[in-house]
Amino acid sequence: MPLLLKKKTVLPGFGLTLGFSVVYLSLLVLIPLAVLVMKAMGLTWEQFWTTVTRPQVVASYKLSFGAALIAALLNVVFGLLVAWVLVRYRFPGRKIIDALVDLPFALPTAVAGIALTALYGPKGWIGQWLEPLGIKAVFTPLGVVIALTFISLPFVVRTVQPVLEDLGKEVEEAAASLGASRMAIFRRVIFPEIWPALLTGFALAFARAVGEYGSVVFISGNLPMKTQITPLLIMGQLEQFKYAEATAIAVVMLVASFVLLLAINLLQRWTTRRMAM
Amino acid sequence: MYSPRTPRQLTEPAWVRWSLIGLALIFLGLFLVLPLVLVFAEAFTKGAAVYFASFNDPDAAHAIKLTLLVMVASVVCNGVFGVAAAWAITKFSFRGKSLLLTLIDLPFAVSPVIAGLIFVLLFGAQGLMGSWLSDHDVKIIFAVPGIVLATMFITFPFVARELIPIMQAQGTEEEEAARVLGARGWTVFWRITLPNIKWGLLYGLILCSARAMGEFGAVSVVSGHIRGETNTLPLHIEILYNEPGQYAAAFACASLLSLLALVTLVLKAIVEWRQARAQAQAAQLSNVE
Repeated sequence: MPLLLKKKTVLPGFGLTLGFSVVYLSLLVLIPLAVLVMKAMGLTWEQFWTTVTRPQVVASYKLSFGAALIAALLNVVFGLLVAWVLVRYRFPGRKIIDALVDLPFALPTAVAGIALTALYGPKGWIGQWLEPLGIKAVFTPLGVVIALTFISLPFVVRTVQPVLEDLGKEVEEAAASLGASRMAIFRRVIFPEIWPALLTGFALAFARAVGEYGSVVFISGNLPMKTQITPLLIMGQLEQFKYAEATAIAVVMLVASFVLLLAINLLQRWTTRRMAM
Repeated sequence: MYSPRTPRQLTEPAWVRWSLIGLALIFLGLFLVLPLVLVFAEAFTKGAAVYFASFNDPDAAHAIKLTLLVMVASVVCNGVFGVAAAWAITKFSFRGKSLLLTLIDLPFAVSPVIAGLIFVLLFGAQGLMGSWLSDHDVKIIFAVPGIVLATMFITFPFVARELIPIMQAQGTEEEEAARVLGARGWTVFWRITLPNIKWGLLYGLILCSARAMGEFGAVSVVSGHIRGETNTLPLHIEILYNEPGQYAAAFACASLLSLLALVTLVLKAIVEWRQARAQAQAAQLSNVE
C-alpha cells in the first residue's frame, strides 16, 4: 500500500481505509458486474447480436432513450427556469419550494409511479382535463415521458443553482455600464458561465432516466413494441427465466450507461477547471 | 438581493420576473406538489379507519419490519464504507485516485433492474455459485440476503459522495497538527474529523436510508414477491395496487413512505442550515484571530 502513496504524510490509516474501500467495492460492485459481462461472453456473437437486435428489443431502446432524451430536455428548460427563479428572485414560499425540488430523490419510485398514474389517468385530477382534448397519458409513451421527467427533475436545478449563486455581479454590472441590454447580458455573459453545468445536469438526468424502472412500470402498461422500456423488457425475460437474453440486453444498456458516466466525468472535470480559472 | 433601485439592465422588468416565477411554480405544482397531495388524498378516501387498518394487516406489518431491517443494514455498511473511502481519498494523494472516484459512482449509472440481475446471475439457482449455495442450504436470491445486497448496491455511493467534497474542502492541516502534537489516529478521527463532517455525514446517512427504504426495481428482481416473507414496503404497495379493492390501502402504505420522504427533506434543510451557520461561525472566529 505505501507504494501507492505519492507524498509522505503523518496521517495514519491509509492502508486500512483504502484496503477496506477497495475490498468492499470489489465484493459488492465490481465482481458482480464482472459476472454479468462474463455471462454475456458465454454467448456466441451471433446469439448476442440476434438477441439485442430483435424488433421488440430495438423498439424498447428507442422508447427508453427517446423518452429519456425528451424528459432530460424538458428538465433543461424548466430546471434552468427553476434554478434562476430560486437564486435571483425573492418571493413567499421560496425556501419551501427550494427544499421540495429534492422530492424525486427522496420519494420511492413506486410511490411516484402510482401517484402519477392516478393523477394522469382518465379520471385523475389532470387526466380528466386531457381526456376531452384527446390526449392520453396513461399506457402511452407520453406517460413514460411524464414519469421520467418527474424522477430526473432535480438534476439540472441542483447542478445549475450553485453556479448561478457563485456568479459575481461585477461582470454583469460592467456589461450593463457598457450599455448591454438585459437580453444581451444573459446571452453573452450569464449563459456561457452556466452552460457546462447545464450540460452536466442534462447528462445526469438522461443517465438516471434511461435506467428507471419503478415509476414507469405503473404508468406505461408494459405493452410490447409500444410502451415497453428496456428495463421492463429485461424484467420480462427474467420472469421467463431467459437469463442469457436478459444478460445480453443488460450489457447493451450497461455499455450505454458507462459511456454516459464517462462523459459526465469529463464534463465535470472541464467545469471545475473553468470555475478555477 | 435586487432592490427596486437596481439598474434596469441588472434585473428583469417586474412583469417578466413574476411570469417566470409563475411559470416555475406551475411546473413544480404539476410535477411535484400534485402527486404528493394526491397520495394523501387517495389514502384517506375511505376514511381514517380504513387508513389505519391498512397497517394492521400482518403482511403490511411484516413488510414494514423487513424494510427497516434492509435500511439499517445498508446504512451501516455504506456508512462505514463512505467514511473509510472519503478518508483515503481526501487525506492522501495516491495513484489511481481518480479511477477509484469513478468506480464509486458506478452504481449511479446502473439501472436498478440490472443491479438485481447481477445478483441473480451470481447467487441464483442457475447462477455461478448457485449449486454450491444449494448444497450448503444457503438461500440468497428470493430471500432476505438478496434484498439486502441489491439495496446495498443501489445505495452504495451516497455517503461517500456526500463526504468527499466536504472533507476535500477542509484539507488536512487540522489533523496533521493534532498528529504532530501526539494525538493517536483514532483520537484524531473522533475529536477533529468527525465534528467537522458530522452534518454532512448525517445528511448522507439520511439520503442513504431514504433510498434504501424506497428501492423498488432491484429488490423486485431478487425478492420473488413472497408475501409475509420477502416483500418490502414498495413491493407490498405494488401488490395492493394491482389487487381489486385494495387501491386505498396501496395509497395508505404509499403515504407512509411519502411521509418519510418529507421528513428526509426537512432534515436536509436543517442540516444545510446548521452547516451554513457552522461555516459562518468559523469564518467569524478566523476574522477575530
